[in-house]
Amino acid sequence: MSAAGTGVVVVGGGQAGFSVVQALRGAGYEGPVTVFADEPRLPYQRPPLSKKAHTEPEGPDVDLVPESFYRERDIDLRLGEYVAALDTAACAVTTGSGERVPYEHLVLATGARNRPLPVPGAELAGIHALRSLDDALTIGRALTTARDVVVVGGGFIGLELAQVARASGARVTVVELADRLLSRAVSPQLQEHLRERHERDGIRILTGTAVERIEGKGGQVHQVVTGQGPLPADLVVYGIGATPRDELAREAGLAVDDGVIVDEQLRSVSDPRVFAVGDCARHPHPHADGLIRLESVQNAIDQGALVGRRIAGGAAGPYESLPWFWSDQGPVKLQIAGLRASTDEVRVVPGDSDTPERLAAYAFRDERLVAVETLNWPAEHLAARRLLQQDTPVSPTDLAGSTLGALARARRTKEVRA
Amino acid sequence: MPIVIFELPDGTQRKVTADSGTVLMQAAVSNGVDGIVAECGGNASCATCHIYVDERHGERVGPPNDVEDEMLDFTAAERRPTSRLSCQVQVSDALDGLVVHIPEEQV
Repeated sequence: MSAAGTGVVVVGGGQAGFSVVQALRGAGYEGPVTVFADEPRLPYQRPPLSKKAHTEPEGPDVDLVPESFYRERDIDLRLGEYVAALDTAACAVTTGSGERVPYEHLVLATGARNRPLPVPGAELAGIHALRSLDDALTIGRALTTARDVVVVGGGFIGLELAQVARASGARVTVVELADRLLSRAVSPQLQEHLRERHERDGIRILTGTAVERIEGKGGQVHQVVTGQGPLPADLVVYGIGATPRDELAREAGLAVDDGVIVDEQLRSVSDPRVFAVGDCARHPHPHADGLIRLESVQNAIDQGALVGRRIAGGAAGPYESLPWFWSDQGPVKLQIAGLRASTDEVRVVPGDSDTPERLAAYAFRDERLVAVETLNWPAEHLAARRLLQQDTPVSPTDLAGSTLGALARARRTKEVRA
Repeated sequence: MPIVIFELPDGTQRKVTADSGTVLMQAAVSNGVDGIVAECGGNASCATCHIYVDERHGERVGPPNDVEDEMLDFTAAERRPTSRLSCQVQVSDALDGLVVHIPEEQV
């Protein structure tokens, strides 16, 4: 204990790290707070990066908050500085420039990195993945001249980028190794629906198709060779998943298994002075069997806020926030509330004739609603979140011939009357 | 540029300059106003930027759009006749001096 310094050190300047410091100061924490953010720019929102073509450097609109926020709250925001090593015995981190910074509490909010494309030719010019604002700018600028775009990976990022590329007028092909789009992320019913929707917009989709290699001309990408033949390409973007940035924890001897392993308080199971939040944390959750790792804005915000409040000494129970997620794929706004398992029973309800673009897929486990996927129906998504957070279960009978919106309104009225 | 006043649940006020052509949510977030969460970044997806327009100013702001109207039934804090999602309120010079109230809960 005597080795401990004072204050909180947060490693990572993304949504999760920001959420930690916002909650710390919001809950009245008065000790020193230092954030190491390896990008040389104020922490910013990532979701907008894949929803439109970014051709000019973004202004302050994408910043999570302005610089004054950190200054007024006495938060030492170290932009462009990374943490190179962690010494848990001495309770100190060492930065890339060799500075040693002691801590009383350490929060790892290091995020995730894109899986590299494991094929010959992946080093050619014109092949990009998206994670940072710089990546978004590179892709956005390439799209101003690209005519044939190949998107490798039919996940959320891939489908969002496919629609962005289509909107800039390019011919777009999505190549997905699995037999379905979004194979683990959404129910099979929704996978089919989304495929049709994207194909209707002129996006060609090849599932069950491997990329074998990428070929170039003069160092620039020229074609993508797939199991179904070659595809011309002057731009390739890939989104084939991400891996947690957990090496700092691993090298320090903390328990790591595809993410820093934490308990229900989001503390490292190896060291009570170390927390992990956001994409890099593998944690228990009341809605899941075993440990899970979630890559979402909701998870980053809620986990960061919980740890910030806990360190500040405020009330904070175990982490049990309802997971929710969204993906804007061109004209389709996909939202998910709750955690669906592949064995759940799914019932699909389309919108009525006034709202044909809507769709909801309700997942039941043991006759109890556990997750809801919606297309272009934010009100039903919000109703799902309200109902899934309450103790009263929703059964298939409750929902028969109705919507969660109607059910939530009815239950709210009942509460008020009671 | 219009000045907008955000009143927090505890009664404290934050006076901020909003940029015409942006949305009210952006003015709150850019100025670090507590209580406007805006998890989805302004996409009318999450209803965490809920506000109550001051009753004296309701007509200047106008009614919610259809999608917003439906979403307002499921905000964390109770819906009132003056409820709006601040990501759907366009800022213009006509809003100068506007007072909006921030609810107790957003999430």
